[in-house]
Amino acid sequence: MQRRHFLQAGTALTLLPALAHAELTVEISGLGNERIPVAIAMFGGENVLPKPISDVVRADLERSGLFRLIDAGTQPLADIARPDWAAWRGKGADVLLAGSVRRLPDGNVEATFRLYDVVKQAEQKSAVLSFRFELGRNAGHWIADRVYEQLLGVPGVFSTQITYVQKVGRNYMLQIAEYDGANPVSAFTDDEPIISPAWSPDGKRLAYVSFALKKPVIYVQTIATGNRQVVANFKGSNSAPAWSPDGRRLAIVLTKDGLSQIYLVNLDGSGLRRLMQSNGIDTEPCFSPDGKWIYFTSDRSGGPQTYRVSVDGGDAQRVTYEGSYNVSPRLSPDGKTLAYISRNSGRFQLTVQDLASQQTLALTDTSKDESPTFAPNGRLILYATEVGGRGVLSAVSVDGKIRYKPLQGNGDIREPAWGPLAV
Amino acid sequence: MKIALPMSILLAATLAACSTTPTQESAPVAQPKTAAPAATVPDAKVTPAPTPAKPAAAVAAPKDPFAELKDPKSLLSTRNVYFDYNSYEVKLDYFPAVEAHSKFLKKNTTGKVLIQGSADERGSSEYNLALGQKRAEAVKSAMKVLGVKDEQVEAVSLGKEKPKNPGHDEAAWAENRRADILYKGEY
Repeated sequence: MQRRHFLQAGTALTLLPALAHAELTVEISGLGNERIPVAIAMFGGENVLPKPISDVVRADLERSGLFRLIDAGTQPLADIARPDWAAWRGKGADVLLAGSVRRLPDGNVEATFRLYDVVKQAEQKSAVLSFRFELGRNAGHWIADRVYEQLLGVPGVFSTQITYVQKVGRNYMLQIAEYDGANPVSAFTDDEPIISPAWSPDGKRLAYVSFALKKPVIYVQTIATGNRQVVANFKGSNSAPAWSPDGRRLAIVLTKDGLSQIYLVNLDGSGLRRLMQSNGIDTEPCFSPDGKWIYFTSDRSGGPQTYRVSVDGGDAQRVTYEGSYNVSPRLSPDGKTLAYISRNSGRFQLTVQDLASQQTLALTDTSKDESPTFAPNGRLILYATEVGGRGVLSAVSVDGKIRYKPLQGNGDIREPAWGPLAV
Repeated sequence: MKIALPMSILLAATLAACSTTPTQESAPVAQPKTAAPAATVPDAKVTPAPTPAKPAAAVAAPKDPFAELKDPKSLLSTRNVYFDYNSYEVKLDYFPAVEAHSKFLKKNTTGKVLIQGSADERGSSEYNLALGQKRAEAVKSAMKVLGVKDEQVEAVSLGKEKPKNPGHDEAAWAENRRADILYKGEY
């Protein structure tokens, strides 16, 4: 039975995209034969779209590093309901995706796909998706997400968005792009710095820090409308916003009472509460996925380390011990892994720590890594680094086996944040 | 108020008393020599508060008390306070300038300053923001010790976001470990 769906436009899609950018590409996949061999046939009728849907699905699955693409030829299946099992098996495909596309009388487009297990000679999943003509790439991402989840048991992130800050000349642009960096649009542009963007859990708003008032002030902006509001502009500095998982409040860092300390505040600026008192710097708060803990950076023991404290306050517990400088903690969506930036012999490297075993693993060989951010399925970490003196984004799988070539744009790119799963 | 030296000692004693353990800023490179600050200040021990502009300011008072801030001969023209690597204490070299600004603010109670702290580029944006804040707070604390009212001073941080020197070497980093004193209307 086929499910029917209508593709909702992502929140940023109401904005006009800028010129196409480079996209993330897999550099090294250390998975070798573990990759699933998949054939993605041309979709019948997909030429009505500027970019064929099957191309988008192929690129997405290949970019995940978890699939090996089998050459599926240049023709769609004669009948997508009846694959030639022996032929596909002969090509080495375990999985086959076939589909068709047609323009509807109302101008929208309808795509049908069928996902087959070639070994079992059985259909695994099928669906019909209709979408606005200009959302062809997004439709491809949507189908790729269904394939990924069906085959791997975890949601795909091909329909998600990322945000980052791009500095070109004197301009700072808060950009929103597709997960791979394609089709960026500017949510906010200013000639003063922007840092620490953070997605609301529903993906509809961004909290960030702007220096437009010659000091750091926290704003929350609704992406679709561009409306933005000051959440915290207290005397001193206001920074490091982190959303609670229910989206109702933010953990923020204020200096109104002295050095940098963590507070909780409702989205409308009400209900301000200091989380705890320390005699040093407490910053970079991040909620645990269950909303019970706040992980943060503190120099209470000398150099910066990760600690955690209950959202109700109380005593903090130290979390990182290896090395003398560990900053920017971020929790995986399942709450089991901590990603952070660790200084090793003067190099700042993306590192992960398994919270149960306290085992750590340095994931990169670069030296100026910053701002780790987990994909919402927990499989990849996007981060900022530097190549040739320019700020770029890169990504790596949590086990370090799949690496990506850096994503470069004009100027410097920094401060990435990966948005939530598309709803 | 005429003699700067005892004030400097008082300041040093007070700041030492409330100083905390040093926070690690970044890579453990060798402690650099004192940064060559763009604006040099007289050494407190050798030249106790010459304040050359003081009489001029008294004469100019009927016109605009804030004109003195722009007099290059005045200690008030010193606006950049540089810090040593991994340090968040105002160096002795800068006490005379901090005192001059404090005196000015006590005399001109409508005057307000924004102290913007900065840090070098190494490490995370937010942690560097906190380190820059620590430098701005050090200058603010000194001013408050000297009697400046809290509402006249705001300490904020630019972290590593607006480096004065965009370079990537120790000389650049030293120039960016800084707190700037800006009067209302100047930012």
